[in-house]
Amino acid sequence: MIIYLIKRLFAMVPVIIGVTLISFLIIHLAPGKPTDVMTELNPKITPEARARLEKYYGLDKPILVQYGLWLKRIALLDFGNSFSTDSRPVIDKIWDKKLPFPDRRLSVTILINLLSMLLIIAIAIPVGIYSATRPYSLGDRISTVCVFIGFATPTFWLSLLLMMLFSVKLDWLPISGLKSLNYATLGPWQQVLDKSMHLVLPVFVSAFGGIAGMSRYMRSSMIEAINNDYITTARAKGLTERAVIYKHALRNALLPLVTILGLSIPGLVGGSVIFETIFGIPGMGQLSYQAIMTRDYPVVMGILTISALLTMMGNMTADICYGLVDPRIRVK
Amino acid sequence: MKRSSSLNPEEVPIFNGMKKLFYTLLLFFAASTLHAQDNATAPSYGDRLVVGTIGEPSVLIPMLASDSASHDVSGLCYNGLVKYDTDLTVIGDLAKSWEVSPDGLTITFHLLPDVHWEDGAPFTAHDVEFGFKTITNPDTPTAYAEDFRQVVKFEIIDPLTFRVTYDKPFAPALTSWGNMTVLPSHLLAGKDITKNELTRKPLGLGPFSFKEWASGEKIVMEANKTYFEGRPYLDSYIYRFIPDAATLFLELQAGNIDLMTLTPLQYSRQTDTDYFKKNFQKFKYPLFTYVYFAFNFLHPYFQDKRVRQAIAHAIDKQEIIDGVLLGLGEPATGPYVPNTWPYNPDVKKYDFNLEKARQLLFDAGWRDTDGDGLLDRDGKPFEFSVLVGMGNSVRLNTATIIQWRLEQLGIKMNIRVLEWSTLINEFIDKRRFEAILLGWSIGLDPDQYDIWHSSKTGEKQLNFISYKNKAVDELLEKGRRVFDVQERKKIYYRMQELLAEDVPYIFLYVPYSLPIVSSRICNIKPAPIGISYNLPKWYVPKKLQKNAPVP
Repeated sequence: MIIYLIKRLFAMVPVIIGVTLISFLIIHLAPGKPTDVMTELNPKITPEARARLEKYYGLDKPILVQYGLWLKRIALLDFGNSFSTDSRPVIDKIWDKKLPFPDRRLSVTILINLLSMLLIIAIAIPVGIYSATRPYSLGDRISTVCVFIGFATPTFWLSLLLMMLFSVKLDWLPISGLKSLNYATLGPWQQVLDKSMHLVLPVFVSAFGGIAGMSRYMRSSMIEAINNDYITTARAKGLTERAVIYKHALRNALLPLVTILGLSIPGLVGGSVIFETIFGIPGMGQLSYQAIMTRDYPVVMGILTISALLTMMGNMTADICYGLVDPRIRVK
Repeated sequence: MKRSSSLNPEEVPIFNGMKKLFYTLLLFFAASTLHAQDNATAPSYGDRLVVGTIGEPSVLIPMLASDSASHDVSGLCYNGLVKYDTDLTVIGDLAKSWEVSPDGLTITFHLLPDVHWEDGAPFTAHDVEFGFKTITNPDTPTAYAEDFRQVVKFEIIDPLTFRVTYDKPFAPALTSWGNMTVLPSHLLAGKDITKNELTRKPLGLGPFSFKEWASGEKIVMEANKTYFEGRPYLDSYIYRFIPDAATLFLELQAGNIDLMTLTPLQYSRQTDTDYFKKNFQKFKYPLFTYVYFAFNFLHPYFQDKRVRQAIAHAIDKQEIIDGVLLGLGEPATGPYVPNTWPYNPDVKKYDFNLEKARQLLFDAGWRDTDGDGLLDRDGKPFEFSVLVGMGNSVRLNTATIIQWRLEQLGIKMNIRVLEWSTLINEFIDKRRFEAILLGWSIGLDPDQYDIWHSSKTGEKQLNFISYKNKAVDELLEKGRRVFDVQERKKIYYRMQELLAEDVPYIFLYVPYSLPIVSSRICNIKPAPIGISYNLPKWYVPKKLQKNAPVP
């Protein structure tokens, strides 16, 4: 097992280099430069000033040299400084050590995504089991219709409707952001409450589409499990229906979900541009979107590298978990 | 306003302390009602202003910033040497007075005495010199250095006087010193301007002092008690960033935001309810921006003046303003904003007249010989593409209306929507376009040498339509060498006449800025330069104050 893990870790190195090289080339090939924001269509910029700016950011060097320099820094775990006018270190933008732990961009995104994943699991698994055990019943049909509505609903539209109802009309929940303006004056419990209130809508909206998808997976994988011979055996043994479904069928039906959850680990750090923008949440989605739009190469590369690493970790974790829950595919 | 008590726990500590305070308060009220009665709307200190905006500032040192959000916030911390008065004349800010030498080559500035930075250090000419040296330092990544590179000598005469010398008279010089906000040299000397703590935690001498910046959330500023023009009435100014426009509007509706800029649709339809009329005040004034339809002079069709004039006759500017801006804009007739001093109202105007347009095209040799409904000349149909930047629905709709009107003339105009960077780098910079729909933001100085002068047609330069007119060149050169406003006015009036005759651009419209402000804010006086110029003088009458000071 240990040897297997070490092998997997070493195999990551060439993959990471490949991923970053391709990403680096692609973002540099996209038209536009980080200096455009400052220089394009600005009457007060001379060609010399433009050249000075490009030199300042090292953009005058050949692209492979730039990649080499970047790789050299990354090997020392230095993500460099942002090209945006604030010139902050990339790592500070993603993981600002001066802020309290839950306020750092990466933790904000991970918190919301974890909560929404828990919500997805909590709702989708029971719904899937319900549908699978009563296929084509009225309840199954209703849940199928709901699932397709869930799939088809655009998140931005749903978010706005929920905001109008719960925040403007009923005034139960705050509209956007993660904290009220008077957050600093609140006591610790009130702060937790304040934050939770701010999280209700974003977590619900980000889970919404996932619930739909996950409950479909659960349903089909459960139906497949129920149709197996060992379920017939279990029933023939005279086990209660409860024991048959929850002990024998469910366990096997959960196997494919492990893979799906493993694959969604990189999604935990990526963050969603759409709902982070709508709800004004300072997470990773917003940061990467702004960085891409302003061609802030170091920030884009920093985020891509971190997500690539986490994706590979996620895959590895999924493989390990799979081995843990399914003895048939354990590495010998 | 509309907030549930569970979300407003700032009430709780006040309530707890209530009993202890009760008698003191009673006494206080008894004493203060005497004044309060006749001063129900009198200026008083207190309350906060929450400004909602889509963009987050990036850096709070003005010379490094290139976005308006950064300038909005840092402008409250720092002042320039001169500023614009409400009628757009130049008045002193940190400079008490100045003299321009008769030959126009030197300007001597006298600074206000007894101005202090927030930390108590005195403000002197050395701070100006530091700012000047930093902005002209080639290592400073700034977009604003060019005006200051014209300075050949900077001398400090005494701590409150300095003199700058130019090698040629440079008319925009005076206003340029308003753009250069001074920086605290005692804190910044010897440090890298891009990497020091003032980039995110400014220390200035302006009306508000910086308190907190929560990334992705808000910036909090507090009244500067020692501001040299007197402390602002408002206790604090909070700048909230909400990247989505629809969410921002819902926050306004819920009363969580006091000030934002509306879209034309929000201005004319969504805020036209009793609730908004009662709780908010709306303003409109022309932005310092105009939107135009530009011809590429390298394209054979558009080298003929009659063709450009014909297209100008086929565009109904009012129709576009009514259709896409819901009437919230003004027709543009030249590269200046109406009601500003360089603006010439009496230039040749192209009324909407398809007959005249057809005649002009006929004279230029364009007629429909093959009966396919399209004009043609030498066997080629009149077809071209106009480029529009992505994500700007107002401009896209403008292009669509123009497309429809030109179709009636027998001209086929295709619309190509392009991502902004691609549009600029691949098409404008390389001159690969036939026509383009764009906007210019203009400074308050009328110098537009870079946009119209024939020497500015090189790659990446701004005369990207390759417009060349000797008479215009001469006027542009003269305009930036003359200081007298009346003299300059004559020059730019003449230039606008020439541009109107030549039609290098069809000047379409000047959109309005449409701010909305909570009605409890008093003393907002709209002027051609906007509403926020007298922000320190805005106040909320005692009775209407709703927010306890942020401790």
